Amino acid sequence: MIRIAVVGLGKMGLSHLAMLRAHPEVELAAVVDSTPYMVDVLSKYSGLRTFTDMSRALQEVELDAVVIATPTRLHVQMVREALENGLHVFCEKPLCLTPEDSESLAELAASRGLVTQVGYHNRFVGAFREVRNLLDMGAIGRVTHALAEAYGPVVLKPKGGTWRSQRSEGGGCLYDYAAHPVDLLSWYLGAPSSVGGTVLGQVFSAETEDEVYSTLHYPDGSSAQLSVDWSDESYRKMTTRVTLWGTEGRIFADRQECQVYLRDTATCPPGYEHGWNVRYTTELTDEVWFYLRGEEYSAQLDYFVHRVAKEQPDGLNDFASAAVTDRVLDTMTRDAASSRVTTTSGSGPAPAPTSSRTSTGQLTAELLRRALEGVRRLATRAKDALVSARRSRK
Amino acid sequence: MMDKLLFGDNQFFGVNHMSEEKARAQAMRFQDIDAVMAVLDAAYDEGIHTFMCTTHDRIAEVCDRVRAQPDRYSEFTFFPCMPYAHKYANAVTESGMLGAVRRFLPEEGFINAAIRGGRSMATKDIEGMATLLIDAEMAMFRGLRTPVIWMQNIVVDLLLGLGVDEAFRIFADHVRDRYDAEPGFITMNLPALLDVLERQGIDNPIVCANINKIGFRMSGGMDAYKDALQNRRCRVVAMSVFASGAIPPREALEWIYEQPNIHSVVFGASSRANIRNTRELVDEFTRAGQG
Repeated sequence: MIRIAVVGLGKMGLSHLAMLRAHPEVELAAVVDSTPYMVDVLSKYSGLRTFTDMSRALQEVELDAVVIATPTRLHVQMVREALENGLHVFCEKPLCLTPEDSESLAELAASRGLVTQVGYHNRFVGAFREVRNLLDMGAIGRVTHALAEAYGPVVLKPKGGTWRSQRSEGGGCLYDYAAHPVDLLSWYLGAPSSVGGTVLGQVFSAETEDEVYSTLHYPDGSSAQLSVDWSDESYRKMTTRVTLWGTEGRIFADRQECQVYLRDTATCPPGYEHGWNVRYTTELTDEVWFYLRGEEYSAQLDYFVHRVAKEQPDGLNDFASAAVTDRVLDTMTRDAASSRVTTTSGSGPAPAPTSSRTSTGQLTAELLRRALEGVRRLATRAKDALVSARRSRK
Repeated sequence: MMDKLLFGDNQFFGVNHMSEEKARAQAMRFQDIDAVMAVLDAAYDEGIHTFMCTTHDRIAEVCDRVRAQPDRYSEFTFFPCMPYAHKYANAVTESGMLGAVRRFLPEEGFINAAIRGGRSMATKDIEGMATLLIDAEMAMFRGLRTPVIWMQNIVVDLLLGLGVDEAFRIFADHVRDRYDAEPGFITMNLPALLDVLERQGIDNPIVCANINKIGFRMSGGMDAYKDALQNRRCRVVAMSVFASGAIPPREALEWIYEQPNIHSVVFGASSRANIRNTRELVDEFTRAGQG
């Protein structure tokens, strides 16, 4: 039996708790939440051992692993403490608010040989897994472009009262919603070298964004676009989807189905033919031991439990892979803050396309570039002033 | 007591487990409540008198129509399924767990005081809260026939997983006492649920679960389901019998009626032709079963 503690009883924590408690190889040894009445109600009705403080739970209960589902801002310190106590960690997404924190946690876990996983459940959706398989087989040739989208009805009016409405807590559409399609892009295309044209737009929120649009550039010359809006109630619930175009065809996938078009020149994988192919969730989904809200949520926990049982540090959605996604989210934030655009009048700052991107690595280069751009802008302005002065003299 | 065919409402609310495109087309078509009523009328006129529905806000409009024409709908029966989970899930994301509870409670009261005061909640508070939520969901059905009231699968399975077994008992008692109705439980984990209901003393429960030839979303596995159908004392309503269209109707229903203890089948359809086709197949197989 794997002894697990669940920390944080929000929507995700409760759902993890329910699935893990029903897991035949798991002993749910402790539950932690800082709200006294949550743990109170739970211990009264479920008989679980509860705590309001994680450190105390770690001291008093023999554990193998923890599942952390607290607000994102709290992840870094809680995960570190768990790892330092020699525990395997499953953490909700996104891992941390800064990629440096995510990377240092990944290193710490690696140095101790601990199993880590982040809750990017889409990688356990049959249709999205099929996309990965098709790319592995080279079904659509070289990928030239991708579009990753997510829409849903989360913030539909100006006021919100939870940590999700605070950027500093890890709330907002970027961390909460966009993280999912960004992670799928990382899975399919790897780490981008730069991002550009990021828009963090507001529909209702005052302190965070409701829309995320961005362009990602990859080292091999391919690109991707991201389109995310969590204030779109025309969707009944969160809908994530991905489209990939390649030299030999095109793939579209969402939670329900995987639609593949293969050109006549494509080499068809087994079971596929030229032209249209559709695979539905009914054929792409494996049975789970307990179903709560989609097989993928059960499957990711089962995968974690088995990795812990086998003490297998390498695996899908480990901290190192989540750090790649966090790096992209961070770059998008910086890119949106920089005001580099190509103006339609042609007289404003119009940097060359290659430089109008925010590199995912080099902050120094970025600062240097901004300084140069400022100088260029001043020069342009001086020149304009000179021209108009001359004109007025005429 | 239960009809052998029940009419579901997924198609009216853009729920389609096969395709988002189809779901959206349905959402557009059924935005007009007249379009919903036209399909319900078709089902009613085919002799399918029970509508198993969520407590989506738009169902209130259906209730108004049925109430307005008591003669036309003299046999019309509702099987409400509660709560409409997305409404709560979205509220939790927006306002937090307790904020959401507060928002959906019909009136401000002692629970708010308890939460604000930070004191721990007593058992009677929780029971009171649960029954208030049930009453809030039932308000739209006032004056209509609701002989079975269901607890929706996301809540059943959450409570089942958490081990909050008593909640099933609280629900069953309230539904019986207050609405003179039978409690029903929808689940994706039928074998596990039956054990818990038995331990809670809910005898011969009405349960609804995915039951289909390909084993789609039958958690616990086909063998455990077959064993439950064969050996457990319960009244089973089969849903997702076509596995979202993965099994042809004749093959799907033929298999269903080979299983023991299927009291009823719930299905959704958008055209009179499909409704009739399903009814005729069910008539054929149930007659064969009796013969």
